[in-house]
Amino acid sequence: MGKITFIEHDNTEHVTEFEAGTTLMQIAVDNAVPGIDGDCGGECACGTCHMIVADEWFGKTGSIGDAEEQMLSMTPERAQTSRLGCQVRTTEAMDGMTVHLPEFQM
Amino acid sequence: MTISEKQTTVIVGGGHAAGALMTILLQKKYQHEVVLVGEEPHPPYQRPPLSKNYLAGEVDQASLYLKPRVVYEKAGQQLRLGVRVEQIDRDNKTIRLSDQSTLKYDQLVLATGSHVRRLRAPGSDLQGIHYLHDITDTDALREKLVPGKRLVIVGGGYIGLEVAASATKKGVNVTVLEAADRLMQRVTGPEMSAFFYAKHRGAGVDVRLNTAVTGFEAGDQGRVAGVTLADGGTVPADVVLVSIGVIPETALAEAAGLPCDDGIVVDEFARTGDPDILAIGDCTHHRNLFFEKMQRLESVANAVDQARTAAATLMGEEKPYDSAPWFWSNQYDVRLQMVGLSQNSDQRVLRGSAEDKEFAVFYLREGSVIAVDAVNLPVAFMVGKQLVQHRKSVCAKALSDPRTDLKSLV
Repeated sequence: MGKITFIEHDNTEHVTEFEAGTTLMQIAVDNAVPGIDGDCGGECACGTCHMIVADEWFGKTGSIGDAEEQMLSMTPERAQTSRLGCQVRTTEAMDGMTVHLPEFQM
Repeated sequence: MTISEKQTTVIVGGGHAAGALMTILLQKKYQHEVVLVGEEPHPPYQRPPLSKNYLAGEVDQASLYLKPRVVYEKAGQQLRLGVRVEQIDRDNKTIRLSDQSTLKYDQLVLATGSHVRRLRAPGSDLQGIHYLHDITDTDALREKLVPGKRLVIVGGGYIGLEVAASATKKGVNVTVLEAADRLMQRVTGPEMSAFFYAKHRGAGVDVRLNTAVTGFEAGDQGRVAGVTLADGGTVPADVVLVSIGVIPETALAEAAGLPCDDGIVVDEFARTGDPDILAIGDCTHHRNLFFEKMQRLESVANAVDQARTAAATLMGEEKPYDSAPWFWSNQYDVRLQMVGLSQNSDQRVLRGSAEDKEFAVFYLREGSVIAVDAVNLPVAFMVGKQLVQHRKSVCAKALSDPRTDLKSLV
């Protein structure tokens, strides 16, 4: 059990508790973080769970797969530390992480 | 607002649209009481994995749930599961449930989904003939998928083909019988049909096109032993899956006198003929501003998008439904992502080739992109989403030229 903070584009913060192993997308859905509805259920099929990980935490989120990279390459607010939330499975090492949400999802 | 002004919004149905609406209302801090009444014992869950990795035994039941049940309750939302809505009394704004209780509503949202189309033919009530629509159906079919058994699938659409792929993975001998002259005829173009035909044949599935089914042959103890064909032949079977589409579930709405026509008729704000009743998802025949006409869609994207529309309507905002539909399917190592509806295209442009296992078909009408089907090429899907949503005119030559960066076309 640890904490991850989601910050909306308008700076509204959502401090959430998570169990390692849950994806960032699922944590956002479980905590009703606005804008993350996990449309495809985590299949990396829809591109609607774009999140921007705080720089210092990005290295802990694992590598970006080819499909995820292709999906991210077309998201308008792509940043250096962008991920699709459904493709990041949380670990104990992410306790305290901050994740920013873009203004719009695709 | 005082407590006495608190109203009750009841959602009828426990599928994806209902679940998405619950979450979106929480996100938007909806102030009224929300109660979901679902016939299945499960909280809202993802249906797409049923024919894919859930059937293949790769994921467990809990992972299908949109959220664990406790998460709704912690947020103050009620789930009444395992109970059916028997009747809507619009005059008294109450619904009657199968446990004989009644529930008062201020706003009602019908998210009743669809039910499978049954094949009525001689022998169709034999043991061993399956349909696939919910967890119970899938568990029953999964039990029968034992290596070496013969599974005959009637219908070569998404569900039939996804089951064919999942069953093949488990060592089952699969035959697919399709009445049309190509697979997935209703949802995709001929190039994609040919690609999936080759893919399934290559995996050892006996795919038969132009093959109409006339009935089922009985074996021992009332069990199905074969599927009989219009040409007089029989295909031996240990298990049969009939996957020939779904029918919108409108019985409750019809009995309540709400306008229905191939679905519960709603406007672009998800409103039915009754100002206090909305309807969302597979069950609706809805006015869709993207298509500028009435439309019925069977998809998760439609369920979620209409849930967003309904949430806005419930909160007094007007956000018409105007998104381009999208779909996906996984079969073997193929990830198919689709956006738009391709049926009315007048030109098809191929990018890449099927041999490369990464390609896309762009469907144009009068020069504008109306749909894209992408195989293992997510970037084409994402570019397609934007081209289709904005009905962009794109030069066909640029689309097919591998030197064109797809992103430059948006």
